[in-house]
Amino acid sequence: MVKFNRFTLNNGLRVLVHEDNTTPMAVVNILYDVGARDEDESQTGFAHLFEHLMFGGSVNIPTYDEPLQRVGGENNAFTSNDITNYYVTLPAVNLETAFWLESDRMLSLAFSEKSLEVQRNVVMEEFKQRYLNQPYGDVWLRLRPMVYKQHPYRWATIGKELSHIENAHIDDVKAFFKKHYTPQNAIMVVGGDVKTEDIKALAEKWFGPIPAGEKYVRNIPQEPEQHEERRESVTAKVPLNDVYIAFQAPGRMEDGYYAVDLMGDVLSRGNSSRLYRSLVKDQQLFSDIHAYMTGSFDTGMFVVEGKPLETVSIEQAEAAIWEQLELLKQNDVPADELTKVKNKTESTLMFSEMSLLDKAMNLAYYELLGDGDLLNQEADHYLHITAAQIREQANRIFRKDNSSTLIYLAEQNTAEEIETDKSQY
Amino acid sequence: MLDRTLAPHFGAIERIKLLEPGHIKLPNGCNLYYFNSGEQDLVRIEWVFGNLRFNPAKPLLNSAVVSMLTEGTSKLSASQIADHIDFYGAFLQSEFGYDHSVVTLYSLSKHLGSTLPVIKDMVTDSVFPESELETYVRNQQQKLQVSLQKNDVVARRTFNKAMNGDSVYGLAADAVDYQQLQREDMLAHFKQMYQPSNCTIFLAGKIDDSILRLITDAFGDTWVNGTETADTTQPELTSAEEHFYYIEKPDAIQSAIRIGTRSINRSHPDFPAMQVLNTILGGYFGSRLMANIREDKGYTYGIGSGVTSLKHGGSLFIATEVGADVCRDTLSEIEKEINLLKTELVPQEELDLVRNYMLGSLLGSLENVFSHADKFKNVYFAGLDYTYYDRYTNIIKAITPQDILSLANKYLDFDQMYKVIVGKY
Repeated sequence: MVKFNRFTLNNGLRVLVHEDNTTPMAVVNILYDVGARDEDESQTGFAHLFEHLMFGGSVNIPTYDEPLQRVGGENNAFTSNDITNYYVTLPAVNLETAFWLESDRMLSLAFSEKSLEVQRNVVMEEFKQRYLNQPYGDVWLRLRPMVYKQHPYRWATIGKELSHIENAHIDDVKAFFKKHYTPQNAIMVVGGDVKTEDIKALAEKWFGPIPAGEKYVRNIPQEPEQHEERRESVTAKVPLNDVYIAFQAPGRMEDGYYAVDLMGDVLSRGNSSRLYRSLVKDQQLFSDIHAYMTGSFDTGMFVVEGKPLETVSIEQAEAAIWEQLELLKQNDVPADELTKVKNKTESTLMFSEMSLLDKAMNLAYYELLGDGDLLNQEADHYLHITAAQIREQANRIFRKDNSSTLIYLAEQNTAEEIETDKSQY
Repeated sequence: MLDRTLAPHFGAIERIKLLEPGHIKLPNGCNLYYFNSGEQDLVRIEWVFGNLRFNPAKPLLNSAVVSMLTEGTSKLSASQIADHIDFYGAFLQSEFGYDHSVVTLYSLSKHLGSTLPVIKDMVTDSVFPESELETYVRNQQQKLQVSLQKNDVVARRTFNKAMNGDSVYGLAADAVDYQQLQREDMLAHFKQMYQPSNCTIFLAGKIDDSILRLITDAFGDTWVNGTETADTTQPELTSAEEHFYYIEKPDAIQSAIRIGTRSINRSHPDFPAMQVLNTILGGYFGSRLMANIREDKGYTYGIGSGVTSLKHGGSLFIATEVGADVCRDTLSEIEKEINLLKTELVPQEELDLVRNYMLGSLLGSLENVFSHADKFKNVYFAGLDYTYYDRYTNIIKAITPQDILSLANKYLDFDQMYKVIVGKY
């Protein structure tokens, strides 16, 4: 149970406070309700590039990191297709420094050309490091546009292509800030060795004077249901073949989400899960196989990914995966197995309460979904799922005409290259 | 009127208060340390075993044996072990480290009575079934193929091998090493290594007498030593003559760089000061390497340095992945930054910032009862006690720019460092 108090400033900023006096630390987590799904098709990767620019100095404070480190604090941030989330941890005695820094960059950034220039380069190197210079690194760049034809989920947070980052202009950056980085578009969670009354005073002092800004009204095209089988294959410089089968799945707040999430656990959570047990151990067809759901706010993706052994054909590999999915469509998950995945979910939620930062991030996330207290109801949602509901979802989702299959085929010469590397040790 | 250009006042960061563990020496020689704190009814238990002496002809025994502890005992099959652990919502890891192999159980306290017997069975009666060994070897070989396509992985392997030679620290296993794993060797290794006199147990969570009794009952009198004592000595580390390694990847768009040297470990009096030096160089976001190579030049998504402390020595290293076209330039900038530390005094302001940052990090690293156990293990296995952290804190507070300069001259010599580049140069 994560307890919290909540209040809203006149400018629309929502504030949640979680008092936890077992630690001398404090956490300030600010979630902005903007992600890659809010980007223009011709300027993808912008929400993430912008996250980098948030560290390039604000209107009254030339650098963000230095003053925070000076008081013993640390920070980071991440961007997803749905949200951008910033977090600070620091000794609670120095909490006000975080309010000073965060409120100034919510007020306005410095918008320096030098910072934009450098962060463009940094993000392009990130693009190369994570998506281009890794085996299978470009999978999301390929898979997303297969699953999504209308919705902006069709591009990854890093962006569609390097040129969108390369061409980012300072005016675009300013417009993005004005549109999305307003108090009414943000949720702040303060946790740790703090008192709600003190946080109210600090929030009024530092965030109260920030103008509310204009309300951003999200209007993005929703993805139509898929009714055709989609398939692509690519020959790449990868050592092993790799099979991805993606299905459209319920969004985070849609009916069926919890059933599908548990179904993913039945298939792929832990060494007792079905895919590992059947396809890696018993039938010995794959060296590695996983299934998971993206948990997106709008229509999500349920993905099965596996690397077949070298002696196994792609057709065999796909057939074996489908056989497992068919089992879920035709039979109820046995009671013991259902209890098992529910127990695992329950204990995962309990272990996550061991971390102050996790608690603060989760509160912000659930508040955006509608109410921070949803975090405390999460276990109940899972415990109420029945075998019949899982079977119903399996039948809804695991259809050929709801599937997008992406195959990586290993280029023949890769094995020799590995030999060359070793000879040089 | 609020003046946003002025930083709020900040306070001194308090000393950390560490939980003293309870200690029970079991009659079979096994030491049990327990840390009692927290509100959640859950525990983490670690069984830490000293690795056996490295055998160059059979380099993978230590890591294969611990990895396969989950793969079957004379009473339980691999799938029964997995079913049991997963059913009770527990998490089980059995992992190889350079000095120790560790079995970790995360469990809700109410299920310990059901989960502990499985662990007991694993560490006393593993049988390494032939068919499971085949699966393990095949899957590890496939995973290795994927890893070897990653420039940073190849750089790390090459670096470790050059610096530590044919030893547990220098191990760069290839497909053939996996092929040579024999069940009989593993059984013999298991028998010698996994016995009470070579085991230390760390228990953390909300601990009461009944939990302690469960553990002492299972791992006390009923667990006996074998006839042969575990040989945990290690051969002397030998470093290669060649200090420069370039592994060309013609298509690389980024190059992985790894540079460093063998160095002191935690038991050396200079170690805390070395951590300050490392932090300035590349140990935090505001470090000199990050400020120069990422934040000024935009050559990389990230660059950092680190110090490691192992039983038989430590190391200091710098690692990054940079645009292939700026690889040479990055190398000369790294050299410049190292030499700067040896020739110019660190400005007082920068040093004060690093002091506070490190004290804040230390405070923040004590997130929950598990972190207290981790802090204890760090000093325990270095032959130190909690007074280390007092000394560490005092050194961080008192160290002078002159001390840093002397230290840099004593320990950093760019010309003598091992340098590995994978990609283009």
